Amino acid sequence: MELHKFICINCPLGCSLQVEVEGADIISISGNTCKRGEVYARNEVTNPVRVVTSTIKVIGGEQGVVSVKTKDPVPKDKIAACMEEIKKITVKAPVHIKDVAAKNIAGTKTEVVVTKEVREI
Amino acid sequence: MTDYELVIIGGGPAGLAAGISARKNGIERILILERDKELGGILNQCIHNGFGLHTFQEELTGPEYADRYIQEVRKLRIECRLNTMVLDISPERKVTAVNPSDGMFEIQAQAVILAMGCRERPRGALNIPGYRPAGIFSAGTAQRLVNIEGYMPGKEVVILGSGDIGLIMARRMTLEGASVKAVAELMPYSSGLKRNIVQCLDDYGIPLMLSHTVVRIWGKERLEGITLAEVDEKGRPIPGTEEEISCDTLLLSVGLIPENELSKDCGIVLDPSTKGPEVNESLETTSEGIFACGNVLHVHDLVDYVSEEAELAGKYAAQYIKESKASQPVECIKEGKNGQSAVYRKEDKSSRPAELIREIRLIPESGVSYTVPQKISPARMPEQVTVRFRVRSIFHRCSVGVYFGERCIVQKKRLIMAPGEMESIMLSREKLREFPEIKTITIRIEEQMEEA
Ligand SMILES: Cc1cc2nc3c(=O)[nH]c(=O)nc-3n(C[C@H](O)[C@H](O)[C@H](O)COP(=O)(O)OP(=O)(O)OC[C@H]3O[C@@H](n4cnc5c(N)ncnc54)[C@H](O)[C@@H]3O)c2cc1C
Ligand code: SF4
Repeated sequence: MELHKFICINCPLGCSLQVEVEGADIISISGNTCKRGEVYARNEVTNPVRVVTSTIKVIGGEQGVVSVKTKDPVPKDKIAACMEEIKKITVKAPVHIKDVAAKNIAGTKTEVVVTKEVREI
Repeated sequence: MTDYELVIIGGGPAGLAAGISARKNGIERILILERDKELGGILNQCIHNGFGLHTFQEELTGPEYADRYIQEVRKLRIECRLNTMVLDISPERKVTAVNPSDGMFEIQAQAVILAMGCRERPRGALNIPGYRPAGIFSAGTAQRLVNIEGYMPGKEVVILGSGDIGLIMARRMTLEGASVKAVAELMPYSSGLKRNIVQCLDDYGIPLMLSHTVVRIWGKERLEGITLAEVDEKGRPIPGTEEEISCDTLLLSVGLIPENELSKDCGIVLDPSTKGPEVNESLETTSEGIFACGNVLHVHDLVDYVSEEAELAGKYAAQYIKESKASQPVECIKEGKNGQSAVYRKEDKSSRPAELIREIRLIPESGVSYTVPQKISPARMPEQVTVRFRVRSIFHRCSVGVYFGERCIVQKKRLIMAPGEMESIMLSREKLREFPEIKTITIRIEEQMEEA
C-alpha cells in the first residue's frame, strides 16, 4: 500500500489530503473538509495534469522569445519531455496568439500554441 | 496644450479596463499614456496560466489576458501613446509627459485615472551583510529576463521570499534547467497563493523553508552561496541554525509597493497601510477628479479584481466628467432626501449641501490591515459598495464583524483567512441610510486567533 499526500488547492483552507492506494485502486481519501477535496485528490492520484507554459525563440521579431503554452493540460510526468521539445522550437515573426508552434508535443496529442503577439522588425 | 476629457496613466490591465469602461460610459476623448513600448503592463512577463478564471471562466496566460483588453481598446479606438513617461500631475489635472517623438508636452484633463501599477521592493531595503556580488536579482527582474529577453540569470538558485512571483520563478527556472535549492520565507506562512505553492514548489520537490532568512551572502564578484538561518517569532535569526547553500543566483521576492511618486508629488493623501491613495466609494483620491485603480491603489494578487476595480474607476470618472460639464456654466441641482432640491456648484465642495459631503470613515481594526475604499459618502454611493481588505495574519474559525459606530451590523463566519488572499464585504446603501448619524464603520476579525 502506498500513501500519497497533497494540499488541496481548491480553496484557501488548504486541507492536507491523504490518499491510500493499493495498486491501481484508491482505498481511502482523508483530510478533506468537503467533496471538492475528494475529487481533487482522486484526480491527483489517477491522472495529474498541468498546462505547461514556456518561451520559444523568434527570428526577426520585436522580441527575441515569445511565450507559449500547451493547448490542453498534459500528464505531470510528461512535463520534462515537453520542455525538452519546446526548447528546440523556433518560429519566424510575425506570430499571433493561437498560432500552432508544434503538434503532438512529446506524444501527448497536444499542440503548443503561441500566447503573445510579436511583430516583425 | 491639448485637452482631453480623460487621461489614464499606465497601460496595464487597470488602465486598459478603465479606458474601455469610460468609453462605454460615453466619454469620447480618452488618452492612455504608457511608458513601456507595449500595452499590457506586468502581464506581458507573466507567461504562466491562471489568469481570468473569474472574468472569462477560462485559464489564460498573462499575455493572453492582456491581449483581450488590448484588442478591445483598439476596437473602441481609444488613443494610446507608448514610450511615454508621465512626469507630473498637477492638482488641476495638468499632466506633463515626455516621449521620443513629441518631446515634453502638457495635457489638460477633466479627469485623470492613476493606473501606474506597483514595483518590487528594492534589494537595498534588505538588511543582509556581505558584499553585493552579481547574481542577485529581484524575482520580477528575473522574470522579465527569462520570459521577455530570453536570458537565464543563473544555474543554481535560492529564492528569498515566498510571494507569488518568487514561487512562479522557482518553477520557471526549474523548467529552464536550473536547480532551485530552496525558497526561504521569513514568516511562518507563505504570502503566496496555495495553488502556486503546490504547482510551483511541491510539483518539483522544491523545499519551502518557513521562518527562515538569508543571513549572509558569499562571493565578491559573482555570488557563490548564502547562509540561511531559522528565525524566532520576532524574526531574529536563531544562532546554531545556520546552513550554507552554494548558489550563483539569489532571487528576492520580498513584496510589492504601489508606484505612487506621481501621486505624492500631486499632494494626494496616501494610506500608510496600502501605500496607495486614500479613496472614497467612487475610487476618487483626495484630489478632486483624480481616480485610482489596480496595483497603484493596493496590491492585488488576482488580475480579475484589478479589471473589476478599473471598470468602476472608469465609470465613476465618466460620471464625474459628465457632472462637471453639466455644472460648468453655473450650478447643479441635486435631489435632497425629502424631495427638496439643493443647488450647489460642483467645483466647490464647501457649497455642497451637508448631506452630500458627509463621509463615513472605514476603520480597519484587530486583524484587518486596511480597507479600500477608506471612506464612503452615503449620498453618493451606489446601491452596493464592495469593500476590499486584507487580514494581518492567519486566522482560523473566525468571523468578520462590521460595526456601524458601536452597533454590529454584519457577522460573517469564516473557516480560515490569510494575508495572501484579498477579502471583501458588501455594504448596502439602504442599510447605511438606516443609520444617518454614524461617523465610522469598523471592520474587525473576531474570535480565537492562532498561527497556522
Ligand atoms: C509576477 C506576477 C505574477 C502574477 N500572477 C498572477 C496570476 O497568476 N493570476 C492573476 O490573476 N494575477 C496575477 N498577478 C497579478 C496581476 O498581474 C496584477 O495585479 C495586475 O497586472 C496589475 O495591473 P495594473 O494595471 O494595476 O499594473 P501593471 O500591470 O503593473 O501596469 C501598470 C502600467 O503603468 C505603467 N506606468 C507606471 N508608471 C508610469 C508613468 N509614470 N508613466 C507612464 N506609464 C507608467 C507601467 O509601465 C505599466 O505598464 C501577478 C502579478 C505579478 C507581478
Ligand atoms: S477539501 Fe474542501 S475545504 Fe478543504 S481545501 Fe479543498 S476545497 Fe477547501
